[in-house]
Amino acid sequence: MASPLSPPRLLPSGDSAITVEFSRHIDDAANQRVLALDRAVAQEPIPGVSETVPTYRSLLVHYDPTLTDFDVLGKQLLERAGHPAQHSEGTRRWRVPVAYGGEHGIDLEDVATSLGITPDEVVARHVAGDYRVAMIGFTPGWSYLSGLQKSLHLPRRQNPRLSTPAGTISIGGVQAGIQCLAGPSGWHLLGRTPVRTYQLHRDPIFLLEPGDRVTFYVIDARTFAEQDRAAERGEIVAELTAI
Amino acid sequence: MSKLVISAIGPASSVQDGGRFGAQRYGLTPSGAMDRLGLGAANCLVGNALFAAAVEIGPFPASFTAREGAVRVSLSGAARSAAIDKRTVAWNTSVTIADGETVTLGMARGGSFSYLAVEGAIAGEPMFGSLAVNARAGLGSPYPRPLQAGDELRVAAASGAAECRIELPLAVAGPIRVTLGPQNDEFGEDAIRQFLSSRWKISASSDRMGYRLEGPAIKHLHGHNIVSDGTVNGSIQVPGNGQPIVLMPDRGTSGGYPKIATVISADFGRFAQISAGTPFQFEAASVTDAQAAARKFAELLRTLPDRLRGIESFDLNIEALQDANVAGAAVNAVDAGTWQIPSAADVLTQD
Repeated sequence: MASPLSPPRLLPSGDSAITVEFSRHIDDAANQRVLALDRAVAQEPIPGVSETVPTYRSLLVHYDPTLTDFDVLGKQLLERAGHPAQHSEGTRRWRVPVAYGGEHGIDLEDVATSLGITPDEVVARHVAGDYRVAMIGFTPGWSYLSGLQKSLHLPRRQNPRLSTPAGTISIGGVQAGIQCLAGPSGWHLLGRTPVRTYQLHRDPIFLLEPGDRVTFYVIDARTFAEQDRAAERGEIVAELTAI
Repeated sequence: MSKLVISAIGPASSVQDGGRFGAQRYGLTPSGAMDRLGLGAANCLVGNALFAAAVEIGPFPASFTAREGAVRVSLSGAARSAAIDKRTVAWNTSVTIADGETVTLGMARGGSFSYLAVEGAIAGEPMFGSLAVNARAGLGSPYPRPLQAGDELRVAAASGAAECRIELPLAVAGPIRVTLGPQNDEFGEDAIRQFLSSRWKISASSDRMGYRLEGPAIKHLHGHNIVSDGTVNGSIQVPGNGQPIVLMPDRGTSGGYPKIATVISADFGRFAQISAGTPFQFEAASVTDAQAAARKFAELLRTLPDRLRGIESFDLNIEALQDANVAGAAVNAVDAGTWQIPSAADVLTQD
């Protein structure tokens, strides 16, 4: 018998979406509940719901206000949140190659200095982590990972960079990330992966799903270049080790 | 097939449709038209599905030339002067551009975005069911970027159907309605009162991702960082400097600033059309009222085809409309369906 769970807060995001908030903080248990509610809505669709967006702490549920309304849908979501769906299938585990440091990870040295350890130790600790995709957001394929070990927690940069490379592997605060497209970032850049988490004209277009497990392994610059070309041709490059 | 060649076009112009839904969970933003009523009315005029792909034209002048055959187009959204050679084309009408002719559009008046729809819609390869341009994600067809002079759109040859006009309701002047939240509890009562009572202007450094607002700095209760959560069109984020940003269709799918309020969906297009520098106000609405407004707006979209009129009965009014095209101020005198975004004066008459 599961212990009773406190109900989430239902917050209106305008007239066509509800934010179902489980926590105000980054919290593994809350993220598990978000993903469980997301699965529950996927397994047993609710009339009027058009799409769901899981995040660390809340599930955003988009709906059509001509087909349902805040009160009716809110009640249905609370019911499902109270009876979370179990995993119907196994968890996917990905091994993601990363070229660390140098031109691939321009902040590795600074991160090591800030933490008072060697760059190799930063890499060793980052590679030792067992991560979960907590959410995907901001730009296509930008995957926010939970599971960064405490000794690597570091405030974000004072001055965010306006442009960081595609495939950047970075850390920021308590989070780790896999960034797909080039774009702005205030996180610390440790390395780059040739893996495209988002690639048009490939099946699947989006590689990772919220809830997937991720580990990293080290590759050298030459392997990065080879795998980058393969990935450009549409190869997945990351290894799927378990499902 | 014919071609519609972009002879001249300004920034913030792109192919847009109803948007790309279902992949926000992967960080893929919907994009789509800034003003769905403008897009819907333009498509309706040429017999297309309401949210078929059309050209969304930013505030600056633009011109389009028909090649390899005639092309039937329509114009709606923010009104402009429009002419084919010396012939004035009335706003909110369809018109056929003969092979080699050019339709020339002036600056948008009292709004930001106009829609040029093409009979049979624009040909392209949909991704996630949409041709809408999302330049950051490399999506959009036929060009995955804003339009440039020289671009060519493949379109159907004109059918020869009778031209028509559409009678749209005069836009309601008045504040932009918002529902509070989802993070209004990150702000004190004074900050919320200030947000609702201030006059705001849209900054010139705004785009399809977000409209930055200029006005008083809105203070947070506990700082400006929250754990990221999902966003919608119309989410009003307040970053550290206290100057709100309203998220538009090319927004990030998640954001880490507290969202004080959300523009209601029925007012979103009207908000998107407010020109940079024009003062406006927000007004709080209950979720129930916002949903009633959303249903009313959906009904307006659904019944747009009932608002089509033959062009013959329109001839009587053509002179009045031509006057209106020359002198925007005369527009209220026109009862033939010229639809205008309320000017600053209109908005503020309710004060």
